[in-house]
Amino acid sequence: MKKFIEGSYAMAEAAKLCRPGVIAAYPITPQTHIVENLSQFIADGELDAKSVNVESEHSAASCVLGAQAAGARSFTCSSSQGLILMSEVLFCIAGMRLPVMLVCANRALSAPINIWNDHQDSIAVRDAGWIQLYAENNQEAVDLIIASHKIAEDPKVMLPAMVCVDGFILTHGMEVVDMPDQKDVDNFLPAYDPPYKLDVDNPMSFGLLGTPDVYQETRYAIQKTLEDVLGMIPEVGKEFGDKFGRDSLRLVEEYKTTDAETILVAMGSVCGTIKDVVDREREKGNKVGLLKIVSYRPFPKEVVKSALKSAKHVGIIDKDISLGSDGALYSEIKSLLPSDQKVSGFIAGLGGRDIKLNSVENIIKMAREEENSCKFVDLNKDILWDKFKTI
Amino acid sequence: MNKQHLEENYYVCGHTACAGCGQSMAVRIVMNAAGKNTIVTNATGCLEVFSTKAPESAFGVPWIHSLFENAAALASGVETALAYQGKKENINVIAQAGDGGTADIGLQALSGMLERGHDALFVCYDNEAYMNTGIQRSGSTPFNASTTTSPSGKISAGNPRPKKPMVEICAAHHIPYSATSSVANPKDIEIKVKKALKIKGPKYLQIHVPCPLGWRIDSSKTIEVAKLAVSTGLYPLVEYEYGKLAKSRKISSPKPVSEYLKAQGRFRHLLKNEEALAGVQKVADKNIEYYGLK
Amino acid sequence: MFSILAAKPKSSARNKTGSWRSTKMPRLLKKECINCGLCKFVCPEGCISGSEKNQYSVDSEYCKGCGLCAYICPKKDIEMIENKPEKSNSSEEAEKDKGVGK
Repeated sequence: MKKFIEGSYAMAEAAKLCRPGVIAAYPITPQTHIVENLSQFIADGELDAKSVNVESEHSAASCVLGAQAAGARSFTCSSSQGLILMSEVLFCIAGMRLPVMLVCANRALSAPINIWNDHQDSIAVRDAGWIQLYAENNQEAVDLIIASHKIAEDPKVMLPAMVCVDGFILTHGMEVVDMPDQKDVDNFLPAYDPPYKLDVDNPMSFGLLGTPDVYQETRYAIQKTLEDVLGMIPEVGKEFGDKFGRDSLRLVEEYKTTDAETILVAMGSVCGTIKDVVDREREKGNKVGLLKIVSYRPFPKEVVKSALKSAKHVGIIDKDISLGSDGALYSEIKSLLPSDQKVSGFIAGLGGRDIKLNSVENIIKMAREEENSCKFVDLNKDILWDKFKTI
Repeated sequence: MNKQHLEENYYVCGHTACAGCGQSMAVRIVMNAAGKNTIVTNATGCLEVFSTKAPESAFGVPWIHSLFENAAALASGVETALAYQGKKENINVIAQAGDGGTADIGLQALSGMLERGHDALFVCYDNEAYMNTGIQRSGSTPFNASTTTSPSGKISAGNPRPKKPMVEICAAHHIPYSATSSVANPKDIEIKVKKALKIKGPKYLQIHVPCPLGWRIDSSKTIEVAKLAVSTGLYPLVEYEYGKLAKSRKISSPKPVSEYLKAQGRFRHLLKNEEALAGVQKVADKNIEYYGLK
Repeated sequence: MFSILAAKPKSSARNKTGSWRSTKMPRLLKKECINCGLCKFVCPEGCISGSEKNQYSVDSEYCKGCGLCAYICPKKDIEMIENKPEKSNSSEEAEKDKGVGK
């Protein structure tokens, strides 16, 4: 049913449609509305789940780890500092092969403290072994939450999934969202029936000490599984599409790239803005396209390589930076492409700085000119000095 | 190992604890007192390392470890999942940690578990320092004990602070049960675990478990030294119910603390330092008065 | 794909720690035993079994020779004698594991 609702409400409803047994989350802007809505669903008897008002994100993640290990489908959500506080646990959740679901309302990291959107938080935990999917809009956020459960909980996968949604832009944005019916979701997503759990009738021990004799194989197993997930995303995406009529779950979206001379690459809500600019450029006769990355982990190297192979200029937009190096997407993609292909990296939209239509136009222009690895867009040089200064 | 014996125990041999380990002794008493229908969450530390090296486990009940500071949060999640599945009535949830995983890095998660009222027992095996990493001072290290990060030296008598009063910190959450026990009296551990598990709600039990390596005692002295801790008043055995002191083990004629200290390498420096020794006696005297041990 | 993720219950019993014993090992005299069970109760290894008077036994494949059984015995019916070394191929590995850090 189509509804005009706030993003957080839509995501909470999507989580609810997946029938979680345990929800544990700690309040942090801009994620808060999601957990508030879920709490209200429980309070109103609309959702049969137990909610734990944990005392920190570290405990939120630990609590869902324990709950999932005890055999309950578990959900958490966070942002920014919260996600980073969880990060120790995030690695454990993946290492212990527990398919926890997490929605990350993407927000910049301190310092300075900043509640607005960029991708630094989820990028900082990209190596944890989670499936990481980025939504462009609230419809995609809803669809990815539902669809990714199916992959994460597959007995061959058993890895956690993080759906990344741009803080405020999506979480607080009002959009029309087509909410799936409970019946259809139940049909698509069976009850959680894990191949292993804490069970007094089969009392196994989990979370063992892994010596040098065994540790490396645990990492190899996750790596191989994530490679398998690359193949499963289009399959499950098709199954989801057949049932719900939308192809939200996919590795990438190619927008007018077929004949494009200049292709921009980005993730998340900025792709909406970029599509607008692409359309305008096309009207002017400029062959511009967009490659939207949906699955950042696992990263679809071959698909990306093939989508970009005929572009003369590639401009990669990162809402994150590995300080002292480059943007995350840029580093990853640059290494895939031939060294004579013109590939530029742009850092934009950090800490909620708007990426406007003309920001994107400038990026296209710069991508066509000289090659940059790490060009900051829309910098205000008036507040940059060589020495400490106050104003 | 005979089959029947293996069947009777929920924590078995083949683990790699040091000889005479007080914690290992206490763990089996706790596991056997809790029995088959128990799920354990374990903090990182000696116990986790010596009992569950892949691919083996010494535990006979379902057991999970993930990190140092989150045993109580894990237990909160397990207990909530069991409640959701309608299984909580028949299953005990025990979170266990060393004193560092309890009083220091795990304190926040523990307080959260107690405050939220989870039906779980938190067991702290108190060997009074970070033994797994090599005897560093924790918040539970006693006054004037020498550890590798609070060493005694020319101008120091060791750890300058008294033990963090965890049993009272937990009791201050007004939980149904918060108690101390000790391998000094192994049966006391069994009694208190059984008592705690009969109570619905959050419970805390702190067990004094001498560490032969860290305390520099012979492996045959684990129980004897623990007894001296009790009989000098340095380790009061107390039970709090709903925030109030309900019971304390009386010691009619307390021994001087020097009896306890001289038995251990970690306190040996005090025997030549009257002032520092008197400082430890003061701690015992204060305990005796405060907890009404006489 | 998976690698080692869980351990079977009580599987540590494969690991024979008796080889750790250095100087002493317990001998149950089986004369004054009152079947109090304290030796079995406190053994940090859990390697003492028995449930009848004078019928207790120590499994030397696991006993690390700490001597706590002899200490706790109210009848002094356990004595510590010179160790008979236990052969085990896991001894070096077991020694190596001591003091593994966080």
